[in-house]
Amino acid sequence: MKSKKIGAKIYLCIVFLFLYLPIFYLIFYSFNSNGNMQQFGHFSLQYYKELFADDRLIQIVLQTFLLAFLSALLATIIGLGGAIFIQNIKRKRNQELFLQFNNILLVSPDVIIGASFLVLFTVLGMKLGFTSVLLSHVAFSIPIVVLMILPKLKELPSSMIEAAYDLGATPWRVFWKIILPYLSSSIIVAYFMAFTYSLDDFAVTFFVTGNGFSTLSVEIYSRARHGISLEINALSTLLFFVSLLLVIGYYFMSKEKETERQGKK
Amino acid sequence: MKSIKHYLGFAYYIWLFLFVFLPIALLLYQSLFIDGHFTLQNYVQFFSSKTYLVMTANSIYYAFIITLFTLLVSYPTAYFLTKLKHKQLWLMLVILPTWINLLLKAYAFMGIFSRHGLVNQWLQLFHIPEQQLLFTTWSFVFVAVYIQIPFMILPIFNALEEIPSAYATASSDLGANRWQTFYKITVPLSIPGVKAGVQAVFIPSLSLFMLTRLIGGNRVITLGTAVEQHFLITQNWQMGSTIGVVLIIAMIILMIFTKEGKRGGKK
Repeated sequence: MKSKKIGAKIYLCIVFLFLYLPIFYLIFYSFNSNGNMQQFGHFSLQYYKELFADDRLIQIVLQTFLLAFLSALLATIIGLGGAIFIQNIKRKRNQELFLQFNNILLVSPDVIIGASFLVLFTVLGMKLGFTSVLLSHVAFSIPIVVLMILPKLKELPSSMIEAAYDLGATPWRVFWKIILPYLSSSIIVAYFMAFTYSLDDFAVTFFVTGNGFSTLSVEIYSRARHGISLEINALSTLLFFVSLLLVIGYYFMSKEKETERQGKK
Repeated sequence: MKSIKHYLGFAYYIWLFLFVFLPIALLLYQSLFIDGHFTLQNYVQFFSSKTYLVMTANSIYYAFIITLFTLLVSYPTAYFLTKLKHKQLWLMLVILPTWINLLLKAYAFMGIFSRHGLVNQWLQLFHIPEQQLLFTTWSFVFVAVYIQIPFMILPIFNALEEIPSAYATASSDLGANRWQTFYKITVPLSIPGVKAGVQAVFIPSLSLFMLTRLIGGNRVITLGTAVEQHFLITQNWQMGSTIGVVLIIAMIILMIFTKEGKRGGKK
């Protein structure tokens, strides 16, 4: 039995090594004075200097994060509304139908979403740019938000809501004081998912971005097609540590909540 | 109460109409009407062209291969993760790489697989001559699997976590050994997670056109690559839409299939 446990640990080690190797590879060579990802010359911060002098790239990074922040926020609000709406549909069959509608964008390949949104924006006569990208990101993040919130919503005891009404609460008060606090953990998870979706998206953005606006993925794609530039390595190092901080923060946040809940019990 | 329900659903309704139904309708229109006249010409062209049919078969084949390898790596990982002490922390470590932009990961592999890159340096240690690794179909599959693994681990992990530990205890009380418990209890009960994972991996695998370009060196042309090419390079939106509609129909079939599967699972 002990050998089995060791086997499991070795397996996990390999998987984690596999998951992180490319990332650390990028980070390692970002300090390379040679300017390639093959031979390490000596330690150098040259590419970090170049990165910070590259106004265009810095601006794109900020735009990308702003986009993720905004689209996740909007998607969470609309998705929360959608989840409550679907939950409140009385007939089971209609509820299932709406869930299927909800999932259409989740099961569609990114290129289809991108292409059809491109047609949509063209037909509507909208100029491609920040707004079209933002709308697209909100649109493809909504279904995942609904799916993240709905299970928790189903667990919400209706007696709690009925009790609140019996005690004279208005619908808004029920929403703010009962539904929202009850859902808070799943709302946070949904927001993070939407945020990740936005940050990670390339294909949809690539279709609807036009000339003026660019996100990090689109920029890296166009730079990578021209070969390797260690500025991108330097950037990924910084992004990795930002993600790490966010994940650590998220972990402690969720942990704190758990102990809080346990404390209350 | 009624008014608040409507209020909440309103934005969601608009979203459903504007970003779910309208785009599909527009794609359908683009594929069926040339200069305002109804015609099936695009579809005839698609289904009579060997290039398009081979490409369709190829896309499905590669998506299948990618999904299979991802599942093979992910299931044991998810299973072992549930046995760990600080599993939530480890799970966060699985999620962390998904926060790194997909293009950055592809870019990393451009370095790792390059002529004098990491893999070739390792091979040299064993006196194996330099290999052309980048721009092969297998490098494409490898990188695609790498990118998809966390998306497969998550749903399987969640499904495994939902299995009450009492089941395993009961099963061993009734005399089953670890393998029997695994095959008879754990695997069947985690199937919903596997299905969710397969859905989360298979479909995106059809549209990894950036990987086919950066890593696959255009050796693999999938339907996703074709849609991108028709829309953004050759500007042939009508044929692009036609391929899109074919893909959507495939999706609908898949959705019906997984829905039936879920019902069967409940029984």
